[in-house]
Amino acid sequence: MILKPHLSDIKTIGYYLGRIIIGLGLTMFVPLIIAVVFGELSPLFDFVVSLQLTFIAGLILILFCRTDKDLNWMQGMIVVSLSWLVAMFLGALPLWLSGHWNSYLDACFDAMSGFATTGLTLVQDLDHLSFTHNLWRHLIMFIGGQGIVIVALSFFVKGLSGAFKMYVGEARDERILPNVVQTARFIWLVSIVYFILGTLALGITGILNGMSLPNAFFHGACIFMAAFDTGGFSPQSQNILYYHSLPYEVITIIIMVLGAINFKLHYHIWAGERREIFKNIETRALFITVLITFLLTAIGLAQLHLYPKALVLFRKGFYQLISAHTGTGYQTVYPSQFIQEWGNLALAGLICAMALGGAVCSTTGAIKMLRLGVIFKALLQDIKRIILPEKAIVIQKFHHIQNVFLADAQVRSALIITLAYLMLYFIGSIVGMFYGWPFLYSLFESTSAAANVGLSCGITNIAMPAALKITYILQMWAGRLEFMSIFVLLGFFVAWVKGK
Amino acid sequence: MGEGKMMNRLQATGYRLQATGYRLLFIACSLQLAACSLCFAQSISSTELISNAAQYDGKTVEYEGEAVGEVMRRGAYAWVNINDGANAIGIWLLNSKLSEVNFTGSYKTAGDRLKIKGQFNHACLMHGGDLDIHAEEIIKIKSGELKEHALPQYKQNLVIYLSGVLLCLLLISLILKPKQTKK
Repeated sequence: MILKPHLSDIKTIGYYLGRIIIGLGLTMFVPLIIAVVFGELSPLFDFVVSLQLTFIAGLILILFCRTDKDLNWMQGMIVVSLSWLVAMFLGALPLWLSGHWNSYLDACFDAMSGFATTGLTLVQDLDHLSFTHNLWRHLIMFIGGQGIVIVALSFFVKGLSGAFKMYVGEARDERILPNVVQTARFIWLVSIVYFILGTLALGITGILNGMSLPNAFFHGACIFMAAFDTGGFSPQSQNILYYHSLPYEVITIIIMVLGAINFKLHYHIWAGERREIFKNIETRALFITVLITFLLTAIGLAQLHLYPKALVLFRKGFYQLISAHTGTGYQTVYPSQFIQEWGNLALAGLICAMALGGAVCSTTGAIKMLRLGVIFKALLQDIKRIILPEKAIVIQKFHHIQNVFLADAQVRSALIITLAYLMLYFIGSIVGMFYGWPFLYSLFESTSAAANVGLSCGITNIAMPAALKITYILQMWAGRLEFMSIFVLLGFFVAWVKGK
Repeated sequence: MGEGKMMNRLQATGYRLQATGYRLLFIACSLQLAACSLCFAQSISSTELISNAAQYDGKTVEYEGEAVGEVMRRGAYAWVNINDGANAIGIWLLNSKLSEVNFTGSYKTAGDRLKIKGQFNHACLMHGGDLDIHAEEIIKIKSGELKEHALPQYKQNLVIYLSGVLLCLLLISLILKPKQTKK
């Protein structure tokens, strides 16, 4: 028998949702400051209006749903999944008010793409967008990369024992430190230290590339936020091609890889355990899959004689590949070049890289390296069981921070999530094909959306049908949260309708 | 008779001169047209160039659009990115030709509208395989300018109304704030 949710469930969900909305509203003060600094009056008003609406929404929820109760698992998961939807609707407000998005749906598309660190965009005339709005686009990637709930946990939630439930709901199943709030703050510490270093590196490179000082550091900060959080937005319409710079490409590759590494691994590297990089199953899996997928892409490009020199082929092929594998979506080629020039094999290499993703507890999306490693180890175990005598006890272990014995529950969980991702990639490509796109291109764009990558072969544009836009929004949402909290939300609605 | 012949000769000379004049006029017009076609030939769009990059590779093309972002000087050369409304393409040009570029497009400025004649590279070997144009000639078609951004009245009104609503909500939340019980 399904039990109908109580009013108290809704009140608890509403109350914590309200607090997270207030937290989101506070982040809007950052673009407000930028608007004042750069003297951008109309964008300033866009953010004042959005901030007011966000606070109003948050206060209404807090007032009407006030409760002392802590969150249970179901409520925690629902708060997370709803937070991301609400963040999309509220985060889209300043974008929509700017007039650079054709419709509110387009602004919502970009807001979800930003929060989910995807990078697909429907912005118009990006080269004339204000500093204020541009910063917001990149800031939402930074917030989304760490996790909207992480922001709330770090700064606005005190002594909440239900915090771990929200933390898990946001696709972070690993605690770095014993306390989840401390974990959240450590994630911010890592991000801010790298932010300072990355912005400095990109800013100085920008100046050496001929950019003015304010522009170099503004671009540096924006590009860092989108690269470290494996997002892929850029302040200019040409993406990374705008800079025409090898050092810029090298630095962004380093930042993208840092963003694709598990925060727990960062913690151990910071603690001086550098050998962990070489022993960890995730870094090993990442190295192998990068090698294989790059080989596929390079062979595909070489067959077509697209790039006349091997070094040029390496520079173009490797950049797009790392960008795809880490789930960033930075491009040094035009979207239509993928369709016109790259050929099926190179595209297949990129699709595989996008589908696999980076490490768990990082800012990347997709299936992720730990799950891939676990599935591979389980396969090895099964092969050994067949080969070895029946009475032999086959034990399989892997190294992830510590030596771990492979358990059936781990394999089951890894397989379920992998299957869910494959289904999500497939469903999106079916919708793409419904609107007339060939299978490979539909699969490319669908995988890019669902794995939160952001590489585009040109399907994503303002003229695409609204249903396809909504499909990609849902894919980005589900892909970022890794399904569980969304399944719980769906279950909640079913219980609401059918429960007794 | 003699006078008649003379008249005929004069008439013939007049016709010849007239014909020469027409010829000269025709040549002058042709030259002017040729010059005009050099300056204002039909530009190729960025979409056409990107979609058929292999076909245009190494050829001299004309491309037109707004200079956006920033001029990035690299030694004796510089990069200027030119957006034709659909895409922006990187233009590699000598610093000496930068005198034509005074405004680049951003939030506060409309960039100069430039026409470029140069070699199109599908995968430029000099620039790591980038799709670019190495400019030979650059002409300013329209000068850029500072842009005024008026603040719409509806945004001002919205701020006033929403401030009222927010203030009311804050007051209500203060009134309804649960009293902390002393332990």
